[in-house]
Amino acid sequence: MADDRDRDEVAVAEFHKKIKEAFEVFDHESNNTVDVREVGTIIRSLGCCPSEGELHDLIAEVEEEEPTGYIRFEKFLPVMTEVLLERRYRPIPEDILLRAFEVLDPDKRGFLSKDELIKYMTEEGEPFSLEEMEEMLSAAIDPESNSINYKDYITMMVIDEN
Amino acid sequence: MNIHNLEDMGCGTSSVTKDKKSEKALKAALVIQNWYRGYSARLKTRQRYALTIFQSIEYADEQGQLQLSNFFSFMLENYTRVQEKEPGLVTRLFGSNIQDKDRQDYLGLIDVPDSYCGPRLQFPLTFTDIDLLIEAFKQQQILHAYYVLEVLFETKKVLQQMPNFTHTNTSPSKEITICGDLHGKLDDLFLIFYKNGLPSATNPYVFNGDFVDRGKNSMEILMILFVSFLVYPNDLHLNRGNHEDFMMNMRYGFTKEILHKYKLHGKKILQILEEVYTWLPVGTIIDNEVLVIHGGISESTDLTLLHRIERNKMRSVLMPPIPMDADYAERKNKLGTTIVAQGIRTSGSFSEQLTKQEWEQIIDILWSDPRGKRGCYPNTNRGGGCYFGPDITSKILNKYQLKMLVRSHECKPEGYEICHDGKVITVFSASNYYEEGSNRGAYIRMSSGMTPRFFQYQITKATCFRPLYQRVNAIESSAIRMLKERMISRKTDLIRAFQLQDRNKSGKLSMGQWAFSVENVLGLNLPWRSLSSHLVTTDKDGNIDYMSGFQDVHIQKPVKEVQSTLIETVYRYRSDLQIIFNIIDSDHSGLISMEEFRSMWKLFKSHYSVHIDDSQFDELAERMDLNKDGSIDFNEFLKAFYVVHKFDKLNKSDSKLE
Repeated sequence: MADDRDRDEVAVAEFHKKIKEAFEVFDHESNNTVDVREVGTIIRSLGCCPSEGELHDLIAEVEEEEPTGYIRFEKFLPVMTEVLLERRYRPIPEDILLRAFEVLDPDKRGFLSKDELIKYMTEEGEPFSLEEMEEMLSAAIDPESNSINYKDYITMMVIDEN
Repeated sequence: MNIHNLEDMGCGTSSVTKDKKSEKALKAALVIQNWYRGYSARLKTRQRYALTIFQSIEYADEQGQLQLSNFFSFMLENYTRVQEKEPGLVTRLFGSNIQDKDRQDYLGLIDVPDSYCGPRLQFPLTFTDIDLLIEAFKQQQILHAYYVLEVLFETKKVLQQMPNFTHTNTSPSKEITICGDLHGKLDDLFLIFYKNGLPSATNPYVFNGDFVDRGKNSMEILMILFVSFLVYPNDLHLNRGNHEDFMMNMRYGFTKEILHKYKLHGKKILQILEEVYTWLPVGTIIDNEVLVIHGGISESTDLTLLHRIERNKMRSVLMPPIPMDADYAERKNKLGTTIVAQGIRTSGSFSEQLTKQEWEQIIDILWSDPRGKRGCYPNTNRGGGCYFGPDITSKILNKYQLKMLVRSHECKPEGYEICHDGKVITVFSASNYYEEGSNRGAYIRMSSGMTPRFFQYQITKATCFRPLYQRVNAIESSAIRMLKERMISRKTDLIRAFQLQDRNKSGKLSMGQWAFSVENVLGLNLPWRSLSSHLVTTDKDGNIDYMSGFQDVHIQKPVKEVQSTLIETVYRYRSDLQIIFNIIDSDHSGLISMEEFRSMWKLFKSHYSVHIDDSQFDELAERMDLNKDGSIDFNEFLKAFYVVHKFDKLNKSDSKLE
């Protein structure tokens, strides 16, 4: 129906503006390109949570034939619009995140030790870099017990984002 | 891959269970990593947004200067008419006693009491004086005005001997260090000296302008730099920045710092300082290859011309040369009075000011910014200088057989940035420039034939080693505060724009409509959609309640009966008014007469096209004359217009983060 189509067009137009805003913030030279290393940050800032593997694929889609290290807005916009329209890479709900921690804590102690956290994050899944690990530790680890009370941690992070 | 499905899929043998277990662990790890990366990215984005807000507002303020500059030009050009209507005002505004300031006149009258326990400098200066100053400033001592003036006089004397561009050479065993903006951040200078060593014959430095304003130790930085310069004039090179300008200082804090630290002799210091600035070299050229200047270039940058102009005639960005014609000189002579602005004397000599072309050449050097877009076009953000593209860089560098341009002027998150294919480097040395945690500082070490090396740092209060998310929270709330204050200062215009779009008077607008209005009225190019959640409330349909943006902020009304448009206007132009008042108040007493106040406001009003009833303003002025003695304490006047944030008191008592 005409109304639906109008609404869709409006939605797409709004997505375009949102994507443009997010892109421009990282377009340091104001020439409609961003460093490819910042594309992941831009995509995530728009509310999507692709895995590293999925991110890799996305970047391949928006890169030039001969990669220049820069991503142009003209290539980024249509791909990102599709991602938003299809609601791909939805973020992890809080309860799933909690359960993930609980899986790593089978004895149900309510916490993970610093070493355990480091081990899982740097050896399993899509491992953290040293920098990512240090960053997470600085906010997550209680220096007195040298462990992370994951329930409190999650609550704190969620409050911070809202 | 559905990583949300963590259910056990049934039982099996122990090795299968083990596999299942590690598969579950793998999936769990993936969930956490995925979530964390998303969170971390959003944190970095918030940090970037905050910086963008700070920068936008800073540049918009600078652009506002253009208007002020036009106002001054307008007053100078229409001198005679203005003089007739408001006698004495313009002379008060621009007249100054430009007799050659005799050193003895100043120093002879000042005594350093025995009770003074701050540092005492010994002329001729040696490296021990540098150490002495650094130690003293670390203990927060203040250098006595007598020594300040001595240093300023000596510095001026030595600078006068120097050409517009300092030429210097490096060698593999003698690298040179280039530092960018310091803006009164003394800790950063201490850190640089600590990491990189004090200046000496074997450790040369270039300081690329903007030593002062904004930070609270501009005087101390200036003293250390000038003393070091006097001890090592051939190895410590100073370039003028756009803040080495007495009018900029009036607006951005250095004048205030001086008058506060030197209550008795501040005025003298300001007078000499004004001149010292004009003698600072325009730039430094290293090994005939690297051009170091504060801002940038334009397509018409002419180094040959810049080498020969009389740089000391460039007093301020807010005082461009006025067009002179025969008529003008005649009119002036008729009145028999003298405008001493720009040093023009009754003989009607035009030689005391720069030509328009010369003046613009210097402005370009001090104010321009590099951008990715090719070509050269006016720097509308700042209102002075231009944006220059990579093609301009190549053209100018090639023209003068140079290899690289090192400049400062722009705050960069990492302290430095390379652009234009490696030909332009920006170096910025004031860490945490906007706010604690906003950016790193950096300096460069280079020598001929070697790749430049970059050194970064960030000052952190030792007790304050907070995790990233707390630091981001801090700068984000600071940036949002500034933005809200902007919005409140344009409240009337914003509401009008909103209501124009709100046909059915629902009090709500779509995101697109709101963003459009805000961007238009405020003139700030910001990611409004992403910022909206901090500024306004949105209903479940995604529509914005536009009045909610004004709810927890308001401008304190110094006087109840005065209209809000007047309040907003004065608030908005606070900085400009500050400068104008400071100039009128030539004896720096903090007071101007009611008459002058009124006249100035009338001129200001007509030039800035502000539509406010004179009677409104008169009434306000009347009520602000608290002593009822016919004079206005303008600092009190301006201070009265401040923004109140509703939740300030709550935040202060609640704060765990401070």
